[in-house]
Amino acid sequence: MEEVKIGVYVCHCGVNIAATVDVAEVARYAGTLPGVVLSRDYVFMCSDPGQDLIRKDIKEYNLNRVIVASCSPRLHELTFRRVCESAGLNRYLFEMVNIREQCSWINEDKEANTEKAKALVDAAVRRVHYQEALEVKEAPYNPNTLIVGGGIAGIQAALEIANSEHKVYLVEREPSIGGHMIQLDKTFPTLDCSQCILTPKMSEVGSHPYIELLAYSEVQEVSGYVGNFKAKIRKKARYVDESKCTGCAVCMQKCPYKTDSEFELGLTKRKAAYIPFPQAVPNVATIDPNICIYIKSGGKKCGACIKLCSAGAIDFNQQDQILEVEVGSIILATGFGLMDPTRISQYGYGKYDGVITGLEFERIVSPTGPTGGKIQLKDGREPESVAIVHCVGSRDKNYHEYCSRVCCMYALKQANYIKEELPNADVYQLYIDMRSFGDGYEEFYKRLSDEGVNFVRGKVAQVTDRAINDEEKGKLIVVAEDTLLGSMLRIPVDMVILCNAVEPQADAGEVANRFTISQKATGFFLERHPKLDPVATPTEGIFVAGCCQSPKDIPDTVAQASAAAARVLAMISKGRITLEAAVSAIDEEKCSGCKICLELCPFSAISFDEEKKACQINEALCKGCGVCAGACPSAAITARQFTNEEIVAQVEGVLV
Amino acid sequence: MKVLSPYKEATDVILEAGGEPLKLCYQCGLCTGTCPWNTVRSFMVRRIMHEAQLGATDFAAEDVWICATCGACVQRCPRGVEIIDVMRAIRRAVASLGIGVVPDALRISAKNIAGVGNPFGEAAEKRNDWAKDLNVKFFAPGTEILYFPCCVPSYDPDTKTVARANATIFNKLGIDYGLIGTEAKCCGEAIRKAGHEETFQSLAQNNINLFNSKGVKTVVVSSPHCYHTFKNEYPELGSKFEVLHTTQYLASLIEQGKLKLSREINKKVIYSDPCYLGRHNNIYDEPRKILQSIPGLELIEFPDAREDGLCCGGGGGRIWMDTPKGERFSDIRVEQAVEKGADIIALACPYCFLNYRDSVLSMGKAETMQVKDITELVAEAMMRE
Repeated sequence: MEEVKIGVYVCHCGVNIAATVDVAEVARYAGTLPGVVLSRDYVFMCSDPGQDLIRKDIKEYNLNRVIVASCSPRLHELTFRRVCESAGLNRYLFEMVNIREQCSWINEDKEANTEKAKALVDAAVRRVHYQEALEVKEAPYNPNTLIVGGGIAGIQAALEIANSEHKVYLVEREPSIGGHMIQLDKTFPTLDCSQCILTPKMSEVGSHPYIELLAYSEVQEVSGYVGNFKAKIRKKARYVDESKCTGCAVCMQKCPYKTDSEFELGLTKRKAAYIPFPQAVPNVATIDPNICIYIKSGGKKCGACIKLCSAGAIDFNQQDQILEVEVGSIILATGFGLMDPTRISQYGYGKYDGVITGLEFERIVSPTGPTGGKIQLKDGREPESVAIVHCVGSRDKNYHEYCSRVCCMYALKQANYIKEELPNADVYQLYIDMRSFGDGYEEFYKRLSDEGVNFVRGKVAQVTDRAINDEEKGKLIVVAEDTLLGSMLRIPVDMVILCNAVEPQADAGEVANRFTISQKATGFFLERHPKLDPVATPTEGIFVAGCCQSPKDIPDTVAQASAAAARVLAMISKGRITLEAAVSAIDEEKCSGCKICLELCPFSAISFDEEKKACQINEALCKGCGVCAGACPSAAITARQFTNEEIVAQVEGVLV
Repeated sequence: MKVLSPYKEATDVILEAGGEPLKLCYQCGLCTGTCPWNTVRSFMVRRIMHEAQLGATDFAAEDVWICATCGACVQRCPRGVEIIDVMRAIRRAVASLGIGVVPDALRISAKNIAGVGNPFGEAAEKRNDWAKDLNVKFFAPGTEILYFPCCVPSYDPDTKTVARANATIFNKLGIDYGLIGTEAKCCGEAIRKAGHEETFQSLAQNNINLFNSKGVKTVVVSSPHCYHTFKNEYPELGSKFEVLHTTQYLASLIEQGKLKLSREINKKVIYSDPCYLGRHNNIYDEPRKILQSIPGLELIEFPDAREDGLCCGGGGGRIWMDTPKGERFSDIRVEQAVEKGADIIALACPYCFLNYRDSVLSMGKAETMQVKDITELVAEAMMRE
């Protein structure tokens, strides 16, 4: 066997390490350890001169092992592996020791830190004696992409990718794409009509040769790995043949059964046979099996739609279908939910008719909405005064600690709706802090001030109908401290709009599990890095866009969706992926065929070969977690780069 | 024009006295809007927080002593600021450093508590006089339960009925219980909230040593204030006993079938949640369960009940201070009870009892509206044998 020649590099990280670890002493000590031919300390190992130092030494001293004691491997392991490779050394002969996060940053005691750093370096030195060069393999990258969620984020990403002539499967669980954006009347701060700017994109998606739109469908199961995912998609039965339906809506007009319209947030009814809104894509009818009396009676009653559909599109024999697709990348654009404001009982939502949510108000204002765009109360009266309550469940420890990021601006926008249609109505904004940080937002705030909107700085304590004088009778009274006046305010109004918090979708946890990604403490999906990699997730090949990652407005959502698409296109463009070489290997001679590993593998990477009566590992699927190696009763499995010898040597280094 | 400069030393005094939570306040004003005082007078909770943040607190102001520590603001504060701790810290600064004036009524009660261990200034030896004719034994090692009635039912002639009702129930059920000797002192909950930290520490130490030395394992209390400090504050100082409020204990006896209520009380009863039982300790259901177990009794609710329950005005040391007519929460509650057609206002706290009794008398409603502790109703509803 070749003689082991180790180079040890101890990084100062400026003062991050050097202030609380005696780096020169650690380097000196490393030099005394067996196999170490040189050891150095240097101010920034990750800098170009630091990297050059390693390259030069590898050549000059014929180093065949390199150890860098610096920060977390999460930060720079890849950097130093590349340095080694560029000097002709296999990347798996490099080892990193974390003396920053695990040492200098957590303790002020320089002497103790230095001792710990020495022990950690000792452990690495003992370990690298057993490290072996591993062959890095590559696999082809499937150029198809799965996008989950057909709101503005999913639509944007789908079009970006499809326009470069790569196949996209766009899955949406509702009957139509469009998401929350299609429910809005206008968009801030420019007041473009939301439907006018979104419907062209929706119809482009519907007819795009590179997009296979799977509406009224849900992803059930995902397997595989970056570049080679397999997804099972349940296409729910619409009881309407999509290829025949012309969207004429006769079935909808004649269907006698009704329920609350999801699209109109229950402000109006829809039929059992329905198209959720006029610009729906795909523009086909859906029959709701929970309402349809034909389905519920087993075909004994009604059937009006079958008789009246001239296209013969109604098909009550339709069943849910399971489609299997193979893709290289996945973009999750599953959007957000809105907090149920009945949780804050003192705001009277659900108790007083005049208290509504911001999204409900969007529907009321929309020309296609339940009132045809007329701003009115449940009883048909025009409101003379409206209070818009900010931070309903946002910035509040009792509900959601984060800011929902869109409410300040849409509250201004909604004040504009009211002032445009009812110029004499009084509008009050009850806010804690006005946050108008985006492009053109502050200008929009100024414009609304000019329109005569009243701004009251104070969190609303209560909405009540208990009047204390004649002026308040028949009104809803909004109670708050005006914190700028330092005085209590009671504002009698006719309508109260609650800006209820943006929150993760109710099933975000299940979705995260299904796609093997994580959630943040807020419940939104975790990105790989909040600043430097906000589009990727810790799971290779799975990206996030829009409000499923954190609350954001339309401009930010579109930017993130385009970024996700760019990341996917970059992967497709490269066309292949590098596979992790530090994976498990089975010695078929030793394997008894007990299949314990088969059950334990979280990545379904192990299969059983009936002929050889032994287990086998798919190296493309294996992530090198080592569960199988630990569990194998015959010690037939080796976790490469984490062999028993390597780990025992490392432990010895720390303990001895 | 009055110009302020931040005065760090004043902030530091408040922070050192336990006002640390005020740093979190982001001045939304929800506390002011939620505070029940603002339905009857002005009390700018948010401004007090901001003044404390900047060291602009006026330690001589009346505002220092207004908060009844009902916890309504704390329950809803979006930043989770323990506003009561801040109020207490400001009061501590006044009481211990003498940088302001402690109101007379409070000063006298504080002096009595520190001197003889009860706010009335009565002799310590008389603490158990209420039970003289009831054949109640003293707690001895091995006794199952210590009954600790609170100073108010122990000394106040009208409130004694609460303690006596409790003893009557326990006697009838043959419960193994006893009273602590006259060495016991006020629990100290309210005087601590009123800023007298040292007095509290000495009371608590006295009681903990006494209870521990007698081997007390379970204490049943009539006052939510005793309950609160025994449950949440004494353990940090070395107490080792379990504490139950009478409503918890009686509800469990009913559930186990040991306490049967068979005499009808054909009345409309409205229950007022004590702040220190409800908001502070999340006990809402037990008192209601007991009342619903009484045959014939119709339980009705105030417009603001449970988590939203209106304070009687007696917490945080306010019970010893005078609240002017027109600003008394218990008056509002009595009016609401009348409006709801109640015959009896049921209570579970001696401070509420004092305030509601005064309200009913001063409002001339004593003929039509009764004020009773739940314990008294239970004693009435038990079979006489």
